[in-house]
Amino acid sequence: MKIITGNDLKSGAVTWWDGKGWSLSVNDAVEVADDAAAIIAGEEATRRVNGAYIIDAEKTDAGIRPAHIKERIRALGPTVRLDLSLDPSATPDRVL
Amino acid sequence: MYSYDHYDQAMVDARVAEFRDQTRRRIEGTLSEEKFRPLRLQNGLYLQLHAYMLRVAVPYGTLSSAQMKVLGDIADKYDRGYGHFTTRQNIQYNWIKLEDTPDILADLAKVEMHAIQTSGNCIRNISSDQYAGATPDEIIDPRPYAELLRQWSSFHPEFLALPRKFKICVIASDTDRAAMKLHDIGIQMVKNDAGEVGCAFYVGGGMGRTPFIAPQIKAFVPLDQLITYAEACLRVYNRYGRRDNKYKARIKILVHELGLDEYSRQVEEEFAHLLNQDIEPPLAELERIKAHFADPAFEQGLSDDLDLSNPKFARWVKANTAPHKVPGYTIATISLKPVGGIPGDASADQIRLMADLAKDYSFDELRVTHAQNIVLPHVKKADLFVLWEKLVAADLATANLNAITDIIACPGLDYCSLANARSIPVAQKISQRFTDNGKEETLGELKLKISGCINACGHHHAGHIGILGVDRKGTENYQLLLGGSEGADTSLGQITGPGFNEDGIVDAIDKVTDFYLAERQEGERFLDTYRRLGMAPFKEVIYG
Repeated sequence: MKIITGNDLKSGAVTWWDGKGWSLSVNDAVEVADDAAAIIAGEEATRRVNGAYIIDAEKTDAGIRPAHIKERIRALGPTVRLDLSLDPSATPDRVL
Repeated sequence: MYSYDHYDQAMVDARVAEFRDQTRRRIEGTLSEEKFRPLRLQNGLYLQLHAYMLRVAVPYGTLSSAQMKVLGDIADKYDRGYGHFTTRQNIQYNWIKLEDTPDILADLAKVEMHAIQTSGNCIRNISSDQYAGATPDEIIDPRPYAELLRQWSSFHPEFLALPRKFKICVIASDTDRAAMKLHDIGIQMVKNDAGEVGCAFYVGGGMGRTPFIAPQIKAFVPLDQLITYAEACLRVYNRYGRRDNKYKARIKILVHELGLDEYSRQVEEEFAHLLNQDIEPPLAELERIKAHFADPAFEQGLSDDLDLSNPKFARWVKANTAPHKVPGYTIATISLKPVGGIPGDASADQIRLMADLAKDYSFDELRVTHAQNIVLPHVKKADLFVLWEKLVAADLATANLNAITDIIACPGLDYCSLANARSIPVAQKISQRFTDNGKEETLGELKLKISGCINACGHHHAGHIGILGVDRKGTENYQLLLGGSEGADTSLGQITGPGFNEDGIVDAIDKVTDFYLAERQEGERFLDTYRRLGMAPFKEVIYG
């Protein structure tokens, strides 16, 4: 699946497009189809997100798993400080 | 240490006000990200994996207690309770909010600090020897010259849009503790045959994807021509450095492609021209700066005796202290590399404690080292045991300076948007392995450095053992390098062969260090044995 991620303009927090707005949880991310570019342009114009882009991901039993390790680290937090993760279920196994 | 005059303070305060307005306009929408990005970068604000990251300048690594305390307070008030000391002798915060940044910069300005020129294609923070002004092996304190260069390079209108970033280092000792020859310009304070102090210039060093050791281009520049000569070096680079390809834009590529002779010829031509332009600051200004770096009020006639009956204290003294120029004093390094910890990280409480210890035991002064540790430069030996006990209580007394567990590691893929692989977990595994197997102390000096990408912020080229993380088809892979050094005997490490996964790289280091222990001759460090034997037997041990 294709999903959109970016960073919140004011806080810099990693955010995920949930179909209506931006969520801090990757599990709220929704599949985007051909309208991804329009969503990104519109959301950046209203300054609800900064530097948005499309990534590959897959749905798993544990939730939505970005394809690349960099995006999984963005989703769950630094593997060396998972105590700082926004997701209480974050474990090194889920990141890796 | 240097204290701002009203010009310095006015410049920094004006910059805070300017950035506050720019941030407001960005949040309100009258500034696009495209226009705002270079403005925030000029104030040290990056957007990294998890949040904004703020890099705060620590000029030549020198801090007062009051400044260090504010760094701890910022970690608590605006970040998540910790900071990360960097290989540029700076500090970074990983969880900064854009909307808080003007307030952070205002807090910094109150203690004469800022984040200006910690990013962008300009002259970055000047680095220096962390033992400056304390060590007996320097010919002069290099910090006044580093400060003069800081003032010259701050907001220099000609050098704010260079082809690429530019790093300068100043040292005054043959024992290079600052990786001087791996800078764009390395300056070593020297004495000529007449006993006069001047500067030897090395130009075109650097790490990154194309590492070079800076060659010497001028053996002696008189002190009253220091800025003029530096300006000539920069002018030639600014004129001919490549702007079409960021990977070939550093001065090391220009010096390499032009050739040292031609680059030097052009610098000399420019230098001769500039000598007639009267751009050198008056020596009175240098004297004004020097007065800020006068020795503190050392007590005289103190004993060098130390009670080393506590074995743990004795080990820390042996590993983490260095000779001081004044009898009865020592230079103490606080390791930010606890066993299995994150290299360079310190909690807000630890940062504030180090500030207090500097106030009580080191004439109010601290230094950040490029190896991501903290130095208390002037500790009375009579106070050393009490100091150590306080460090022990705060988990800051790891006795491992320059040991295999004193690892330099960049933030890597855990934090950095440029990284290809994680650095910190590898450092943690090596630290734990070599502590558990007891080899750390046996190995002696062994500098291990890890970078999570080819940009080499973790100085992997200069490690006796270096590790470079790469992305191999979406999987982290680690290349092993041997034989690098950042000291007076600067050399670049060579890749051993195919890379490893995270566990494999730790096993490979175990093998090469076992081989070293079996082969070393009396007094040889790992690096010495490697240089004597060459790569081949080490490769054989690793790959069979």
